[in-house]
Amino acid sequence: MGPDSRNRNPEIKYTKIFINNEWCDSVSGKTFQTYNPATGQKLCVVQEGDKEDVDKAVKAAREAFKLGSPWRTMDASTRGQLINKFADLVQRDIEYLCSLETLNNGKPYNESVLDMEGAISTIRYYAGWCDKIHGKTIPIDGDFFSFTRMEPIGVCGQIIPWNYPVVMLSWKLGPALATGNTVILKPAEQTPLTALYCASLLKEAGFPPGVVNIIPGYGPTAGAAIAEHPDVDKVAFTGSTEVGKLIQQAAGRSNTKRLTLEMGGKSPLIVFDDADVDKAVEIAHQALFANMGQCCCAGTRTFVHESIYDEFVKKSTERASKRVLGDPYDEKTEHGPQVDQEQFDKIMNLIESGKKEGAIIQCGGKRFGSEGYFIQPTVFSDVQDYMRIAKEEIFGPVQQILKFKTMEEVIQRANNTHYGLGSGIVTENIDKALMFAQSVQAGSVWVNCYDATMAQTPFGGFKMSGQGRELGEDGLKEYLEVKTITIKIPKKNS
Amino acid sequence: MGDVRNPKVQFTKIFINNEWHDSVSGKVFPTINPSTGDKITDVQEGDKADVDKAVKAAKEAFKLGSTWRTMDASERGKLLNKFADLLERDKDYIASLETIDCGKTFRNARGDVEFGIKTIQYFAGWTDKIHGKTIPVDGNLFSFTRIEPVGVCGLIVPWNFPLMMVTNKLGPSLAAGNTVVVKPAEQTPLTALYAGSLIKEAGFPPGVVNIVPGYGTTAGAAISEHPDIDKISFTGSTEVGKLIQQAAGRSNTKRVTLEMGGKSPLVVFADADLDKAVEMAHIGCFYNQGECCCAGSRTYIQEEIYDEFVRKSRERAMKKIVGDPFDEKTEQGPQVDHDQFTKILNLIECGKMEGAKIECGGGRLGKKGFFVQPTVFSSVTDNMKIAKEEIFGPVQQLMKFKTLDEVIERSNNTHYGLAAGIFTNNIETALLYTQGVRAGTIWVNCYLASGPQVPFGGFKMSGQGREMGEDAIHEYTEIKTVTMCIPQKNS
Repeated sequence: MGPDSRNRNPEIKYTKIFINNEWCDSVSGKTFQTYNPATGQKLCVVQEGDKEDVDKAVKAAREAFKLGSPWRTMDASTRGQLINKFADLVQRDIEYLCSLETLNNGKPYNESVLDMEGAISTIRYYAGWCDKIHGKTIPIDGDFFSFTRMEPIGVCGQIIPWNYPVVMLSWKLGPALATGNTVILKPAEQTPLTALYCASLLKEAGFPPGVVNIIPGYGPTAGAAIAEHPDVDKVAFTGSTEVGKLIQQAAGRSNTKRLTLEMGGKSPLIVFDDADVDKAVEIAHQALFANMGQCCCAGTRTFVHESIYDEFVKKSTERASKRVLGDPYDEKTEHGPQVDQEQFDKIMNLIESGKKEGAIIQCGGKRFGSEGYFIQPTVFSDVQDYMRIAKEEIFGPVQQILKFKTMEEVIQRANNTHYGLGSGIVTENIDKALMFAQSVQAGSVWVNCYDATMAQTPFGGFKMSGQGRELGEDGLKEYLEVKTITIKIPKKNS
Repeated sequence: MGDVRNPKVQFTKIFINNEWHDSVSGKVFPTINPSTGDKITDVQEGDKADVDKAVKAAKEAFKLGSTWRTMDASERGKLLNKFADLLERDKDYIASLETIDCGKTFRNARGDVEFGIKTIQYFAGWTDKIHGKTIPVDGNLFSFTRIEPVGVCGLIVPWNFPLMMVTNKLGPSLAAGNTVVVKPAEQTPLTALYAGSLIKEAGFPPGVVNIVPGYGTTAGAAISEHPDIDKISFTGSTEVGKLIQQAAGRSNTKRVTLEMGGKSPLVVFADADLDKAVEMAHIGCFYNQGECCCAGSRTYIQEEIYDEFVRKSRERAMKKIVGDPFDEKTEQGPQVDHDQFTKILNLIECGKMEGAKIECGGGRLGKKGFFVQPTVFSSVTDNMKIAKEEIFGPVQQLMKFKTLDEVIERSNNTHYGLAAGIFTNNIETALLYTQGVRAGTIWVNCYLASGPQVPFGGFKMSGQGREMGEDAIHEYTEIKTVTMCIPQKNS
């Protein structure tokens, strides 16, 4: 489908709650509004899930997880086939999904295409793992035979954010289903539409009823109900650190459910004086501005060596000024709106603080256009570590460029934060690259690139950016419960 | 060192940076010998201020470029093996200390130290075998993972296996390169503090291991709330485990592993060897005065053999020798303190009131110390308190069942999920039961058979995460993915 035939008005087919492969209204009868952030206009209403709907979904998921159920007695390889089938259907409907994602989230259509391709990759990656999840036999002391079974944990609550709706769904469903769990997924209230469409594809693919249930709704109601539920065995959450803390507390208050958290970041990107400045400027630009800055691992503290600082600032400003904002369906658009009014206000507020605290605004800093939630790509130079824009997660198109002298200094400053999600270094020198990679406290370190994360590579946070890992083989562990079986035998031989 | 029955207590202070400190507050607390109820000695009482000092030391020892961080992984292994050698050298003394502080028999205390030695040796062997991976990532990229230590780990240890719990936690945390702040239980601080002296003697750099004796609500809470502790590993009650997970969320979302309570089912089928099953069920329940998180505290007996099983279990319990833990012949010592003693007697009363039949025991033994008679209840039904709540004492519940499906369901009908056991000679029965029951460890024709090689931990509200085995190392590591751009990728 060429750019001329991009569907700007995809038909919204699914707006109800998905439980047991059926669509139902909310128990309360309430609905909530969804919006197009490029225009601010209303799109449609969606059934609003709350505690009672979560209870229904947990019941269905628990039933689907019962010993002897179709899901529990299915060959692991057949689970893989179902997951691959789901990937096939996402591929089949990729254009529709791209349209819907762009409509509800505001990201440029081109970006939605990349998102869908990434999601399909992730789903296929995990399909391949299903029948390769190994326990061990163990040389225990004594006349025993001992082995471990890697079992699914059970009913998993998955709370996903609005910045990469389908990608986040794939990161969560992939490992959870590959390991044989049943799931209750709550998409963000801003962006429920593509998740609900995916639910229809899961049903079409042939997943048994109750294996995946999707409850659209709000965090403090549906999300909290999941985090507090005594019959949910594990919660996986991606979102802000503030809410992640509440979820860990809710887990402890209720049933000490297992937890993985993917939270915020203020990731450092270091540019050394031996870097190719033009390449470094482009890497740093994309590291910040991709997805309108709405990326947990965005490179939001760009540390530039003092000897190339002025040139770097000048070129970064030129690059940001050239960034194309506009209709996200337009081929040429690089940059869409922020997701909603609340985010827009928060970002503008932090921009003001940058000005007040004495950073120099090189470009941008204002609203773009008169409809939707667009913000001009903004570049601050002469940023100091103590400024709010250097410490707090902005989650918007605002770049901070700071100056540094030495490796020891920049490692210390890079680590001087409660966050620890991503990091990057641009240099040609092997010692610098390896020392930095070793020393920075971050779950991902990118060298001469940024945001290069694929289905194969584990992703997650040090410190208060999160706990646990998604993607890769390590992503599977978070969804498994180890059972040790030790059997007495008459006489042990090695 | 004193003789076996009167070990000389040498270390009663707080251990930070390989030095012995008084508490910042100046406070001390007594530690009691549960065989007599008498005080053994006072110990420095650590609180928040002491935890702060310890965390500061642990953080310093963890800094990039420190002795501990720049040490070869194999050197870490050597230090751990040296620590194991010293535990072996002082095995009898440590066992003595454990017996007077905790009440377990001297024989069991020695067994605990031997287990601890094996555990440290096991993890010593892992240090230089902790592998990251290179990963075939899409694109012109080279990607690999580094498996790094998490950082400063708070280790909160219970009183039922004092020294053994310390070694369970030190093994993997030190093998993976972390620095630690250990808080032993207030009832039983002495062997942990002695272990501190051996850590120093073995040559661990200052600040790598710090030990702060004190109470849960003060020192323990300070650890779980501390913004500079990266991970907490707790073994204790489910009630406190919940508080710890909440405290982690309130503070800095520190990583949490929990080993909590249990009400583990032990199932005996009619085709089992009856005498062996009676003996294993007895040990499974009464071992360590019943103060065992994975005790087989719900014994399900198939109806065909029920009456005979009850009779033999009663006989076995009545033959049990309870008394001075230093006496060679003693099988069961006192409970650890007055609180536990009272809790157990209360639950025994509940059993009587709710209509279970008391086969033997049922009250206090003697007038000094905290001794409870080995108690057997029969005709126990699932709804009784003694069938649902963890007693943590020498009280056995005998219950009847008919079929495999029924007993799998009843085994799973609990918030706990720590262990389970089955006695049968039928392969299908064994495989279906071990597959179907949600418990971290399932024993077949044995019970309590464990070792540092096999992962141990809880399903559901018995815990999260695993100790022992290779899996334990993962709980103490943080994965860092490094992805580098290369001009052209080749497979």
